[in-house]
Formats: sequence, C-alpha cells, structure tokens
Amino acid sequence: MTSTSVRAEFPNPVGTPPAPRQRARIRALGLPASFLAPAAILLGIWLIYPMVATVVRAFFDDRGDKFVWFENFDRMFSDPIIHTAIKNNVIWILVAPIAVTAFGLLLAVLTERIVWASALKIVLFMPLAISLFAVGVIWRIMYREDTEQGAINASLKVVHDVFKDEGVLPDARPSSDAVSDRFVFTKQLSAGDTALLGLTAISPREVPEGSTQAVEPQSTSGAITGVVWRDFSPGGGTPGTVENGELGIPGVTINLLRGSNTIETATSENDGSFEFADISGSGYRVQVAPKTFAQPYGGVSWLGASLITPSIIIAFLWTSVGFAMVIIGAGLSAIPRDVLEAARTDGGSELQIFRRVTIPLLMPVLTVVFVTQMIGVLKIFDLIYAIAPGSVQNHATTLAFEMWKRSFSGQNNFGLGAAIAAFLMLLFLPFLIYQVRSQRRNL
Amino acid sequence: MKSRRWALLFALALALSVIAAGCGGGDDEEGEGGGGTTAAAAEDVSGTISTVAVWTGAEAKAFQKVVDGFQEKYPNVTVKYKGAKDPGQVISTAVQGGNPPDVAALNSPGLMFDFVDQGALKPIDFAKSDIQANYTPDWVKNGTVNGKLYGVFFKGANKSTVWYNTHAFEDAGIEPPATWEDLIAAGNTLKNSGVPAYAFGAGEGWTLTDLFENLYLRIAGAEKYDQLAEHKIPWTDPSVKETLTEMTKIFKDSGNIAGGTSGALQMQFPDSVSQVFQPSDPKAAMVIEGDFVPGVVAGQTQAKPQTDYNVFKFPSVDGKGADDVVGGGDIVVMFKDNPAARALVKYLASPEAAEIWARQGGFSSPNKSLDTSVYPDEITRTTASALAQAETFRFDLSDLQPSEFGGDAMFTDLQDFFKTSDVDATAKKLEKDAAAAYK
Repeated sequence: MTSTSVRAEFPNPVGTPPAPRQRARIRALGLPASFLAPAAILLGIWLIYPMVATVVRAFFDDRGDKFVWFENFDRMFSDPIIHTAIKNNVIWILVAPIAVTAFGLLLAVLTERIVWASALKIVLFMPLAISLFAVGVIWRIMYREDTEQGAINASLKVVHDVFKDEGVLPDARPSSDAVSDRFVFTKQLSAGDTALLGLTAISPREVPEGSTQAVEPQSTSGAITGVVWRDFSPGGGTPGTVENGELGIPGVTINLLRGSNTIETATSENDGSFEFADISGSGYRVQVAPKTFAQPYGGVSWLGASLITPSIIIAFLWTSVGFAMVIIGAGLSAIPRDVLEAARTDGGSELQIFRRVTIPLLMPVLTVVFVTQMIGVLKIFDLIYAIAPGSVQNHATTLAFEMWKRSFSGQNNFGLGAAIAAFLMLLFLPFLIYQVRSQRRNL
Repeated sequence: MKSRRWALLFALALALSVIAAGCGGGDDEEGEGGGGTTAAAAEDVSGTISTVAVWTGAEAKAFQKVVDGFQEKYPNVTVKYKGAKDPGQVISTAVQGGNPPDVAALNSPGLMFDFVDQGALKPIDFAKSDIQANYTPDWVKNGTVNGKLYGVFFKGANKSTVWYNTHAFEDAGIEPPATWEDLIAAGNTLKNSGVPAYAFGAGEGWTLTDLFENLYLRIAGAEKYDQLAEHKIPWTDPSVKETLTEMTKIFKDSGNIAGGTSGALQMQFPDSVSQVFQPSDPKAAMVIEGDFVPGVVAGQTQAKPQTDYNVFKFPSVDGKGADDVVGGGDIVVMFKDNPAARALVKYLASPEAAEIWARQGGFSSPNKSLDTSVYPDEITRTTASALAQAETFRFDLSDLQPSEFGGDAMFTDLQDFFKTSDVDATAKKLEKDAAAAYK
C-alpha cells in the first residue's frame, strides 16, 4: 500500500475532519481486529472476568451474600497458618529460582562438549514431560522413612551399614526388673552364682537359627553361669522365670563386668546358656553386650516437619533443572566463539573466562530462566499437595495451597480463598511487568 | 475484497455463537412437579431424575444394580447417576448454578445442614412412617433438622470396630479384649511377644478422631457427646481431657506403634492396614478403624477373613458403652419434589434396596428391617447388625463439625497430640480452633 508514505509526506492538519485516508486507515484496522476478536473475547471471558470477579469476591463473606469490606484480608494476615505459608513462599522464592538457574548453568556448561551431549540432555529434560503431581507422587514414595520402603533412606542405609552393624535384637527390652534398662543383671554376682537375663519384645522370627528351649542355669562352683532367653509365653507367662516353650537366644555376646570394666566376654549357646569359668571372689555383674541392641538405621525423616519444605524444593529442582539446562545451553551455543578465543589468547584461565566473559554474555538468558522460575515458584501447589502428608501440611503450605484449601477442600470459604488469590496476584505483578517490559524491549 | 471481509466476519460471529451455545448448560428435564398423591401407581410415575453420590468405580456399579431394581419397579422412570469424589462440592456448585440433582446421597450431615440452611432441600416427611419402621430412633434423628425429616440413611459405616491379625494374637496367646483396660493389657502382651500392638494411619487425621470419638462416647456418655458436637460445651471440658488422657496410654508408647510415632504420622490409612495384614512379619497386630477395613485388606493383601484377620467390638470403658456405635453413613436427600424423586427416596429407605447392594458385598445397611443373612460373610453380618441394631448410635463427631474444624483443624490438633501427648495444650488448641470455626 502506498498510502503510508503519502500520509507521511502530507500530515493531516489538526482540527480538520478525518480525511478519506483516515477513514481508510480505520477500516484497515477492521481486519486485524476481527482476527484478534475471538482470542480477545475468550481471554475476556476466561481470564479478565474471573480475575476481576475474584478480586471483587474477596470483599464478600464465605457464602458470597454479605459485603464484609476487608474482613477476609484481616483474617488472612492474622492466621498463623497463613503466616507459615507466606514464610514458605519467601523460602521458595529465595532458594528455588537461584538453585535452578545455578544448577542449570552448571549442567549446561558440563554437557556442552561431551560425547552423547544430546542424549544426556534429553534424559535430564525428561522430568519436565510428566505432570508436577506425578512428580510429587514419585518423590513421596521415595521419601518414605521406612528403610524397607523409601528408596532414598534405603540407599542411605546401605552406606550407613558399611560403617555400623545392626544389632541382632534391636527392639528387645528387659522382661522384668531383674535386668536393668542397660541390660545389666541387677544382682551382684560371685563365683557359683547364676544370672537370668530375660528379654522380651522379640518376635519369634528375630530369634536366630538353631535356638532351642532355654535351660535354667545350674550353679557351678568357681564359675558364673547364666542364660539369655526370649522371656515370653503366650498370654505373657511369668517374666523372669524360664518356662516351657521359651527359647534361648544363641550367639549373643555377654559381658562380665567388674566395676565398670568389661573383663571377659562369652557367647551364648543354642539354649541361651553361657558360662564364665575360673571366677573367684565377688563383685561381678553380667550384661548383654550393648551392640546386640544397636538400632538399625532409622532413616532421615524427609517428610517430617523440619525437612518437608527442603524435600519438596529438591523434587522441584529435579523437575526444573533440565529446563534451565536446555535454555542456558542454547544461550551458551549462541556465544560467538571468537570472543572466547580472544579471551583465551589474552591469557585467561577457564575459570576467569567463565566468570568474566561467559556469564555476562549469558545474563539475558539467565535472567529469563530466573524470572520464569520465580513465577512458577510463586504458584507452587501440586508438589505440596502430593508430597506433604496430612500431619505436616501446615508446615509445608504455601499461599497457593492455602487458597485451594480454604476454597475447595470442603471448607468452601470462597471469600477467604479469593482474598488469598488477590494477594498472590499482587505478588506476581512486579515479575509480570518485568517480563512484559523486557519482551517489549526485545521487539 | 470488501465482501470477502464481511464474509469472514460473519463466519467468525457464527463460530463464536456455536461455541457459546456449546459452553452453556443443557436444560434439565423434570418430571411433573408439585406434591402428587402419596400412593401413585408405579406405572404412573414417570420422568427422568438425576442423582449424585460419592460412589465411583466398583461401588458405582453396585449402586447401579440398586437403581436397576428401582427402575424395574417403576418402569417409566429413568435415573441418571453421577459419581463424584467430592459430592458436597459438586452439588454446592450445582445448587449455586440453580441446577441441583433431584436426589443425592451426601456423605456427611454437615452438608445436609448447610443445604437446609440454604433452603435447597425438600423435606421427606412423606416417607416418615416407612423410615420410622425401618430405622432405630437414633438413625431417624440424624436425618432430622429443625423437627423436619430431610434425609434417610442408605449406606452406613460402623466405626466402633477393631481389626486384628489372628496369627499375632495366637502367638501372643491373647483373646480379643472386651474392655478398654483389657485392650491396654493386651497391647502390652503383644509388645512383649515381639510385634507392636497398634497401627495408625496418622498421616490422615481422621484415624485419630475416630479413636477419640469412640472413647469419648463411652467415657462421657451420649448426652455430652451431642453437646460437644454442637459446641455447647468447650473442648477444655474435663470429659475431653479424660478421654485424651486415656488416649495417651496408647500414644505415649512409641515402640508399640508401627513405624513409631514419626513413622505413623507419615503413614496413609491404606498403608497402615496393609502393614497389619501383610503375609509375614506384620508390622502391628491391630488397627482401630471402621468396617471399611476389610475392603482395604482385600484390595491390598492376601489375608483371608477369620483365618488371617478378624474383628471385635470397640471395647467398653469402665463397663460402659459395650454396644455403642460411632459411625457414618450416606444420607439420601431430595432437592426437587416430584413423584419420581419421592419414589426413589422411599425405595432407598426400604429393605429391598438395601438387600440388592448387601448381597454384592462391601456394604452395610443401617436398615434394621434388613434380613442380615443376605450379607455375603460372617464378618459383615456382625458389623452391620451392630450398626443397625445399636441402641446408642452417634454420627462421627468430626463430620458434624463445620468443615474448617472437623475436616482440618481437628485433624491437625490430634496429630500434634499424637506426637506430644500433651493433654492440656491439645484441649486448649482444640477449643481455640472450634471457637474460631463456630464464629
């Protein structure tokens, strides 16, 4: 169309009615407008209207009938659970985007020039292909504290068991007051005495192979004899006495103590009996060696109140680092090679080049990744819902989660939910404005 | 050029109007409205009615057979059923949109109260004589609001049951206890035999509230239970503290709970059940929960009824409340008054409807006129008759509360109590949260 250049040379003087070319211009807008109209209308229905309606709704009560001014906002800021939610959001904002960007940068640089770079990038990118809720379910299962069920604690247990052995009877307790809490037979012994070390809270399966009926120890002169056995009969039995059907526990180390020193050890037989020969004098004590009761590795409580937020952040990192890596990788490959070459010939070490050349050149890309993650993190919900058990939900909660909980989980307090949503929108604004502005600048 | 542009605009407008029409809700067809005669002939009743309930999957199929039985009786009525995981939410939205289902089964009386408040429910007094004949007074009372009958219970759950691993009990040499004191003693014996006594899915707070409610009903009595349910007495009342103190007898002993205190707090209910009934080396001997446990056992373990697992009644405390039942149920309510809906409500209140589902299993009916021999196994027969015949029946207290307390804060507070066993602090926190919810 030649009308544009014509208009530029003969601008319309102010105050005169629109010339025919002006009307043509307005008509020329008709076509683009009609193309935009469907999107604009749908956006208006599904985005603008709900947004405005939510903000308006925040000023009404939970049913929606009564106008309550700022009561919902007041309630929101005085609720300790929402304080925790805000605190968690701050933690997420401070930790997650930086971690994602940093790890993404690290991985992008590391995978830049290795063989099979593409394959590795695909594998690292894959977590982004599954829904965040599915990610949450996977990690929830992996975080289980029971070392027989949770993958992470099971791996930690393997490492732990290299250094520390699990006791034979980790849960056993003394069966009566005759044995102290530290598994010392309370009666002081001299030569010719016997010791009865009864233990309970042992399941029949825990009794080692080859055990037989426990025997009452016989007094032997010049020796201290005893028996260590599973002191339980159906119905309870009589604690402290060896009864029919009660099995001895073989293979247990028994310490002979004098004062607080262990002077001798013995190992129990199949019927639980043990003997310390060549004993003279008195003042002895016997004890079941503490290592018998060494607790198995309990695992880290990933889903406990103190670790729940870090645990969820780790799951989030697993998902998003691939995305950051790919974007930053693209940015890296866009850096002109001759700049790096020049820096190398000028005598810079790899680390110096990385810090002073690569990163400044990557800044736009890093910022994009950072801001995107920031926006994603502000609205984090699915992971919290999937990973946090009910008992720690109030420790892991975020604003988006609270918004959902107050509105949709049965409480039906849509006024409060809308207030939280409005507040969340306010928090987003700076990042949205920044993104829109930077896109405008790029155009 | 110009005509093409207008043609394009016209096409766009057409497309938009088609989309708008598709997005709008369809019209619902109602049967003839208004109160008809009470004894309409079965063939005269006609129309299409919609129902909503919480039953999905296998339960939906079972309920469909009940509906088929209804449609046999009333051949000119079509019933459309929709299962929803959260019927309260689905129906609330529908009511707000002016398009509620004709009949619905709500899973908590709180929802029924809400809907009566909103004026959305129609009273079902036309079925009163049937209902009073088929249910004990406590069950009828639970469906009554402000003196008018609004709901009848179709499916019930007996929460005053304890499920145990028979082999663990054999190994320990104990019999199912009948009193609370015996239960604690049995718990200690089980611990000495080498298996923790209790499994709690404490990650889901309702498992703890169920224990509280069963104990409270027996310790404080039915009257106080009702007062507490309506928040007429505070949660700092001595009866509440006494109940919490009894609970510490179990909660304090972390070694006697599967997974210990912290493990149990992370555990979901189905896992707590499978831990008790797993094939070898059970992690615990008992799970104190309702009659829906066998369903989980069947779905997740190979344990067989009576050989591997069995049930006993929740024990009495100080000799009181041996036959008391705390439970839940699905209440059938009516949103639109028309002959077809009335016919369906009356049908669901009858023993015939209950029998159809009872035969299929996984169902307990609070209908005392139902012949319990139709239940497919001994265990269901026991728990279901206890449910229907109980002289004192109370609805699960947490379901009677405003949901921000009974569905949320009460759970969290009891979970904290599970960890700390601090009676006074917990009672204070419960009262604080209840007061906030009742404001």
